[in-house]
Amino acid sequence: MSDITKQSLTELVENIKNKKLSSTDVTKAFIDRSEKSVELNTYITNDFTSALDKAKKFDQKPNLDLKLPGIPMAVKDLFCTKDIKTTAGSKILNNFVPTYESTVTENIWNEGAILLGKLNCDEFAMGSSNETSFFGNVQSPIDKNLVPGGSSGGSASAVAGQLTPVTIGTDTGGSIRQPASFTGIVGLKPTYGSCSRYGIVAFASSLDQAGPMAQNVKDCALLHEVISSYDPKDSTSIEFKRNHYSKELTNNIKGKKIGIPKEYRVDGMPKEIEDLWQKGIQYIKDCGAETIDISLPNTSYALPTYYIVAPAEASSNLARYDGVKYGFRAKGENLIDMYEKTRSEGFGAEVQRRIMIGTYVLSSGYYDAYYLKAQKVRKLIKNDFDEAYKKVDAILTPSTPSSAFKIGEKTNDPVSMYLNDIFTVPVNLAGLPGISIPAGHDSKGYPLGLQIIGKAFDEQNILNIAYAMEEKINFKNKITDWWIK
Amino acid sequence: MSIDLKTIKHISKLARISVDEQRAEKLAGDLNSIFDFIEKLNELKTDNVEPLTSIAETTLKLRSDEVKSKNIREQIIKNSPQDNEDYFVVPKVIE
Repeated sequence: MSDITKQSLTELVENIKNKKLSSTDVTKAFIDRSEKSVELNTYITNDFTSALDKAKKFDQKPNLDLKLPGIPMAVKDLFCTKDIKTTAGSKILNNFVPTYESTVTENIWNEGAILLGKLNCDEFAMGSSNETSFFGNVQSPIDKNLVPGGSSGGSASAVAGQLTPVTIGTDTGGSIRQPASFTGIVGLKPTYGSCSRYGIVAFASSLDQAGPMAQNVKDCALLHEVISSYDPKDSTSIEFKRNHYSKELTNNIKGKKIGIPKEYRVDGMPKEIEDLWQKGIQYIKDCGAETIDISLPNTSYALPTYYIVAPAEASSNLARYDGVKYGFRAKGENLIDMYEKTRSEGFGAEVQRRIMIGTYVLSSGYYDAYYLKAQKVRKLIKNDFDEAYKKVDAILTPSTPSSAFKIGEKTNDPVSMYLNDIFTVPVNLAGLPGISIPAGHDSKGYPLGLQIIGKAFDEQNILNIAYAMEEKINFKNKITDWWIK
Repeated sequence: MSIDLKTIKHISKLARISVDEQRAEKLAGDLNSIFDFIEKLNELKTDNVEPLTSIAETTLKLRSDEVKSKNIREQIIKNSPQDNEDYFVVPKVIE
């Protein structure tokens, strides 16, 4: 039984289709392991009883034509799930039970998967270490008291710790790719408009995207194929021909041109990261592809731009939490007092900080100096990528400027925490797809990731490059089960 | 640039978040260090740059104006902290 949780999604699907395993076997195995893994604090809400019922029901009349037949799956607690509490990691939504389902989770259940539970995350997806969650920080399966990254920290820990075969996260500035990199798994942020945002608790609407997180590239491609769809319920969802990403996956990337942007060689970057990058360049060449030095001159302006655009959008999106229509309500002497106390008691420190930044940059007298300026720089950053893609098919960079850090190490310095996303944020600002794959370990034995950035709607290409590199890298995640007694 | 306590109070009023003295001081410190970092954007000349307002280069789709969600009053009201079954209830606003 214990071997079941070690299998990849692709293997589990095959074994269920060949009737070597039942959905009940698989679901039980992941529930057992999840129950032994309370110390990781990955789950905010579990739905184990109902998951087992659904698995039994599936086995009575299995539909084996589905893409995820009877596969159990936990998802980030930012996706609205009908009749299952959805908190976004916040006290203000601690009693919120959606009456509707997000489109991406709907797509997953329609292909036969079964909900295991809702995974911990930074409050409203604002954080890079999963330490801002109202439900406490998440432990990394890599080492005790190590952050799993964020904001999809519970998702990353659950996949790396084998509590779910695969999962979905959301990525506004790196929230899928950074935790994937910190925990030695694969994470894809799709092109803006590829996956519907309907039913996802909104953070920054022009940047948010849902995406798959998995043990390997093939699983990632399969899950992406399931979640990506055109959805009239999201006005920024884009109609384009979506591939059968898993079927069309190939390791043949001969002749592809991969750009190496010099601006990603930042001051103070550890030598280990530079070495990893060089190794990645060698792997690309070993695969028969070509690397080309390129320039993305405005890279260093991406993070300051992000910290105007994202909080501005967040301050508008989070205006809805007023203690009236849903969520937590504090007592107040009058309506305004009730609003102010509800939001002061309901939001955590990081969320309040970002609402304050956003409110400030949008306020009268400061709009042009900050918000408009940021939108102009965002255009320059996008232009950089457009220019680069005239010469190359994809871009290779490190995923993060360092490996995972200890819990509490960066909580007192917001700017040093924000710097974690320095390589991932430009991709969101430009609306492009990016994938992080595990590529090595640092001297402490912690995983390090490489990021492949693609052209808009070119997920197949970056998945193929990742697939080819994965074969050469042959990464083995060092999971010791330290948390299991 | 420096964000003082008066500005913090003003923003917190706009954001509808009550902030006590101690919290206001902490926020002023945090926001100042974040804005120091944001000021880097002033190095760039952007006079002739068009602001990027939408990342998806498509025009919004039109749809027919039809009611699709009918009789969902119960669903809408279900999560309210206080209601009288038909309406959301808030503290008294009219004397």
